[in-house]
Amino acid sequence: MSLTARVAPPRYLLGQALHAAAAALKAEWTKFRTVAGPSWLLAGAVTLTVAVGAAAASAARCQSAKCGIDPAMVSFTGIDPGQAVVAVAGVLAMGNEYSTGMIKLSLTAMPRRLTWLFAKAAVLTAPVLAASALAVAGAALAGRLILPGHGFTPAHGYPSLTSATDFRAAAGAVLYLTLIALLSLGLAAAVRDSAAAIGLVLGVLYLFPIAAAVISNPPLARHLDQIGPMPAGQDALATTGLNSLPLTPWQGLGVVALWTAGALLLGALVLRSRDA
Amino acid sequence: MTTKTVTPHRSPVTPERESLWYLVHAEWTKFRTVRGWVIAVLLTIVAITAFVFVSSDVSSSCVSSSGPSACPVQPTGPGGLPVLDAFYFAHQPVAGNGTITVQVTSLTGQVEVGQARNGAPQMSPGLQPWSKAGIIIKENTSQGSAYAAMMVTGSNGVRMQWDYVNDTPGLAGRMSASAPRWLRLVRNGGTITGYDSADGTHWALVGTATLPGLTSTVQAGLFAAGSYYESRFCTFDSNFCTRATGVFRHIGLSWPATGWTGTNVGGPNFGVPAPGTLRQSAGEVTVASFGDIGPAVGEAYGGSGQSLQRALAGTYFGLIPLIVVAAMFITAEYRRRLIRVSLTAAPRRGRLLAAKAVAIGAVGFVAGLVAATLALAIGTPLLLRAGPLAWPVSLLTEARMVVGTGALLAVAAVLALAIGTIVRRSALAVAVVIVVIVVPYLLAFGPLSGSQPQGSGPGGGGGWPLQITPAAALSVQQAVPQFHQLLAVYPLSNGYYPLAPWAGLAVECAWAAAALALAFFLLRRRDA
Repeated sequence: MSLTARVAPPRYLLGQALHAAAAALKAEWTKFRTVAGPSWLLAGAVTLTVAVGAAAASAARCQSAKCGIDPAMVSFTGIDPGQAVVAVAGVLAMGNEYSTGMIKLSLTAMPRRLTWLFAKAAVLTAPVLAASALAVAGAALAGRLILPGHGFTPAHGYPSLTSATDFRAAAGAVLYLTLIALLSLGLAAAVRDSAAAIGLVLGVLYLFPIAAAVISNPPLARHLDQIGPMPAGQDALATTGLNSLPLTPWQGLGVVALWTAGALLLGALVLRSRDA
Repeated sequence: MTTKTVTPHRSPVTPERESLWYLVHAEWTKFRTVRGWVIAVLLTIVAITAFVFVSSDVSSSCVSSSGPSACPVQPTGPGGLPVLDAFYFAHQPVAGNGTITVQVTSLTGQVEVGQARNGAPQMSPGLQPWSKAGIIIKENTSQGSAYAAMMVTGSNGVRMQWDYVNDTPGLAGRMSASAPRWLRLVRNGGTITGYDSADGTHWALVGTATLPGLTSTVQAGLFAAGSYYESRFCTFDSNFCTRATGVFRHIGLSWPATGWTGTNVGGPNFGVPAPGTLRQSAGEVTVASFGDIGPAVGEAYGGSGQSLQRALAGTYFGLIPLIVVAAMFITAEYRRRLIRVSLTAAPRRGRLLAAKAVAIGAVGFVAGLVAATLALAIGTPLLLRAGPLAWPVSLLTEARMVVGTGALLAVAAVLALAIGTIVRRSALAVAVVIVVIVVPYLLAFGPLSGSQPQGSGPGGGGGWPLQITPAAALSVQQAVPQFHQLLAVYPLSNGYYPLAPWAGLAVECAWAAAALALAFFLLRRRDA
């Protein structure tokens, strides 16, 4: 009689994999909701986006029929700073695992690293999507209330601020913010340090439009506006002058999605190949 | 049995360990022994320097809608300054020293408000603040020659102006037929002195102009210029959108009078839409003209030259890695619990914070100094490929740009350190600092800054995002000047900032000081 019990070799079945994924989701969701930080960050993102958007709407003036100002871009000005807070939430979702050493425990409990990363991304997506919807709705509402009093009237070529185009822009804004959170998560998984990751994310976001603004080579500036995630995302928010944009709104969102997919892929590769 | 009292050993606190410089040295050691931080600061230098190759790509700046075209040339005045010099000049040649005196009884103006059906400009009465008429002594009638002039202006009183950039006020207040103005210019060699008077008997000195190398024979006479005016109704150049009409009496010349010749200075080159006019009747001369005499800056500059500030356009690329390092300089201590060791070694917390600020500030300053020096050294010849700079830059200005960039980076690093001490979390600190320094610059290009009203004068582009946020410090890199006597739009894209160079840096310093004060308060109050 042998004293050593044989351990059955693990058999991975689809059902088991799904069960593992569901368990990972539940575990990650528990982590997410029992820490105060993410809720504060998302509340901050909503506040900042709405407040700056309302300030921009209060400052904007359209004095003639050809003022050429896009009301949606004015209302969504708050996304410029607001996305930084969303990015912090995305970076910290992964960065905190490394900075606290929790990563070792997490990977011990969930050795399938990609399943774990997927669960983390999924758990981040839902609240960010909700917060983004709230932020965008607030900013759009503020714009809708303030802008008609500042010359954005039918007489100046703004027949309605609640057309299908405006809803498309709002949907684009919500998706943009969510994609930025996932982009941040992916880059944080690749860099494995919160400070470096947020520097990288905000550099990727803000430096493209700054470079495009300061260079005096129009074709190059247009290319920078096409490949940068933030200028491409801005195209998704536009409601006027769509023909002169470097990208169509959905193309713009596609560019952001490509960046996000690239960042998540990079994060997944690093997570799989390196020791935690 | 005797009991022996054993006193526990205490290492003495030596005076030098209490000193700030000892702590600064300790912090410097912490910085230089973390490889990633040193690499990030080197990245700051490389990013600012390397971006020169992108920002100075001005080869295609003279492409018009119909393809590549010859770059426009701005006339230059004494010292190679780009100038506006287009006006109507009723002149006569005069040799040697002498005096010209005149009474101005009326100054009226017209401004273009649209186009008639046949395309001709439609004018309507409207005197602009810097519409001008008066007397002038000018070397010759070609554009950019040296001059000195006494003039009556639309709403800036009597002024003496010379060599395009100099402007001195004389009698204030609006002139009228019942309150005419007397003007006088006295030439003595290369010096021209301007006087004004309300009654023709009591004269007051307004200014003295030195025009080096002025020829013996010069042109003296009467002039009018409508002033530079930017409006969407302008059919032609903004230089030819307003017309001024001056009426002169009691013209006195100490030189022998030879009769007035009328010349449109710069006329043929600019294709003046409606040339100036000269009307002479009994005891009265009337001169009317478009155009302006002054510096060509802001939107008034029509050449292809670039602002030298363009060579430092990579500053933001360098700021981001520096901000990350400066924030981590304190947040990493919290994350690694090193802060407890640091505070045990240096229990005076304010002193520890000061030492950290000095160390990281010095790192930022040196990085900015090196990067700006390299960027200007590489960028200047690259920018000169497009022609002379938009405004000649003195060595003093270049020194201010280099030292200012060092200071800008140093203060940004201290701000990041202070925010890091306040929030104690790397990611949040980095994000906050980047948002307060970088995002205002983006907003300055957007609708939030508000478009500058036409003819509002100096102030630069960008609006409040570049006035009250730490991003205001970028003004320390401004390489082109603004002039109050030229009501042009001064756009951000041409290198104009809303604040004066050192004032902008002071705004950033105020932010850093406030953050540091809060950091000091919290560091002392909270447990580490």
